[in-house]
Amino acid sequence: MISKTFEERFDLVIDTISIKKNYWNDLWRYRELFFFLAWRDILVRYKQTVIGLAWSVIRPFLTMIVFTVIFGNLAKLPSGDVPYPILVFSAMLPWQFFSTSFSDASNSLIGNSNMLTKVYFPRMIIPASSVIVNMVDFFISFVILIGMMFWYRFIPPISILVLPVFFLQVFLISLGAGFYVAAVNVKYRDFKYIVPFIVNFGMIISPVGFSSSVVNEKWRLLYSMNPMVGVIDGFRWAITGDQSQIFLPGLFLSFGIMIVLILIGIWYFRKMERTFADLI
Amino acid sequence: MSIVIRVEHLGKKYLIRHQQKESYTALRDVIAEKTKKIFSVNGKSDKNTIASKEKREEFWALKDINFDVNQGDRIGVIGRNGAGKSTLLKVLSRITEPTEGRISIRGRIASLLEVGTGFHPELTGRENIFLNGAILGMHRWEIKKKFDEIVDFSGVEKFLDTPVKRYSSGMYVRLAFAVAAHLETEILVVDEVLAVGDSEFQSKCLGKMQDISRDQGRTILFVSHNMAAISKLCNKGILLNKGTITENSSVDEVIDQYISTNYQSEFYSIGNKDANKDVYFEKIFLSRDKKNTSNSFSLSDDILCLFEINGNKTVKDSTLTFIVRDKNLNPIFSEHYIFSGCKNLLMATIPNGMLLPGRYYLQSMLHVPNVRFLDNNEEYISFAIEETGSKNSIYTVDLGFVNIPVKWEKV
Repeated sequence: MISKTFEERFDLVIDTISIKKNYWNDLWRYRELFFFLAWRDILVRYKQTVIGLAWSVIRPFLTMIVFTVIFGNLAKLPSGDVPYPILVFSAMLPWQFFSTSFSDASNSLIGNSNMLTKVYFPRMIIPASSVIVNMVDFFISFVILIGMMFWYRFIPPISILVLPVFFLQVFLISLGAGFYVAAVNVKYRDFKYIVPFIVNFGMIISPVGFSSSVVNEKWRLLYSMNPMVGVIDGFRWAITGDQSQIFLPGLFLSFGIMIVLILIGIWYFRKMERTFADLI
Repeated sequence: MSIVIRVEHLGKKYLIRHQQKESYTALRDVIAEKTKKIFSVNGKSDKNTIASKEKREEFWALKDINFDVNQGDRIGVIGRNGAGKSTLLKVLSRITEPTEGRISIRGRIASLLEVGTGFHPELTGRENIFLNGAILGMHRWEIKKKFDEIVDFSGVEKFLDTPVKRYSSGMYVRLAFAVAAHLETEILVVDEVLAVGDSEFQSKCLGKMQDISRDQGRTILFVSHNMAAISKLCNKGILLNKGTITENSSVDEVIDQYISTNYQSEFYSIGNKDANKDVYFEKIFLSRDKKNTSNSFSLSDDILCLFEINGNKTVKDSTLTFIVRDKNLNPIFSEHYIFSGCKNLLMATIPNGMLLPGRYYLQSMLHVPNVRFLDNNEEYISFAIEETGSKNSIYTVDLGFVNIPVKWEKV
């Protein structure tokens, strides 16, 4: 009993068990570091470029033009009443966010290895802040979308109010996948080469350049195993109001996979985190 | 005095892999092993292959460490390279987890294992102050409050809005230390950070650290190879050797112990150590008469340093350098001699009356200056000049180490 009261006087106990208990408190205590790291990455990204921040407008805009030309004009995919560029752009928003967050997060720990071996802070901050950085790009792209709506005189339906839900979904998917791939990349550097492949391949199998309604009804549930299908369909539905986009079982499946991803991501990251400093 | 840190049975184990150079596992190998497991019929061969391929070896960087730290203590952690000092600091600052044991800490702890962690070369000085402060665990209002003080201490106010990649390395270090020095935690863990910057700045850092500990009553754990800095700053010491504590008492005793166990050899001899280097020391010893080893000299003795050099290959521009260090291992002077051939017996004479009474250490190395390192004596050779009536013998304070033949005149 005496030893117990003695230990209670300490603020921090470092051993193989107690560290876990402090973790979430520490994450809160270091909340400012999220924004400092994100802020650093945003500041640094366009340093020594001539047009600076304009790049984050030009990049998604150019991709949109390429997509419109290839899928809309050459492949002549149907787009209904909705202007094709808007159809593409509403899908590109979540996809760009996911793919850049995912690949940034995968390199984030290795890129900051110096910090990992010299200072303590909850390591989750690093991949999480690289996802936050991409939120800024997401919002810039969103402004472009609004501009396009004005250009095409397109009035968004009431369903656009649901958009934050789908944004939260893509945010959590990116975070979960980001945690996982960041942690696994510390141990197995092979993932450095696998990640670009996943991103490229994912773009082709996700309904970015086409509508997922072109997929045969039979296969649609299987197709929805890709959680980004549900997200992209949700974005399209919210922005264009096109009911045919939404496939409810697929949407639920996508939410389910999101929950699994974020739980596995956190679990694996926490499990690996204790060895980061020794492995990196 | 209340205890602020209690360390009990602390141990940290590393697994060393012998053949693989990378610290990370390649997915390739794991897949290969797993596949082998599937295809191997008897299912036991895979264990042997992994063992033969990797040869994992356990290595305890720290083993059964126990100590208490009282509030306001300034503890110097001393030990040779590889004694476990850095591992201890890393475990204390929660960078890596202990394998066993427990550390209990009261109060906020901050660690400074490097200055300028997270500094980004593209960001300006001002931006880096905020970033680095946040990484070290300061809140934004704290940094804002201290901002002027930090800038003032670093002395780079003119360049606050210049990217730090344009800074000179001295400015960079000054700014980095300035941020760290303004951390306001009850416990501060510091590793070798004073080993950077010019000497003026080093003494400024040391002064700041003394400020922090003495006047503000904060607790400091300080690792350094600089015995002078340790003895100046700390009141207690911990001596680590091969992962265990060998001495834990006042700082002077610990320094004495460290120096006597690590540097007190009377002569150096290669013995039966592996001698396949190109050029190496066969034997080093000090003498009065070129033949017999001697480690204590009077003021009137010439100190003869004899270096027996051997080798397998002639190295161009091979140089012998020796450094004479004082009792705190600070260098006093050094000499360089370029020689040719590999088999040599060299003798350097330190003329009598030059070194004042006290304890000294001789460190020697063979190298091609700035190109190649050849050999050194790991344990310094210690020698003493006995007090036989020097000009300083009537004083009790420390009056220096060397006697310069100064000329006096009445003009």
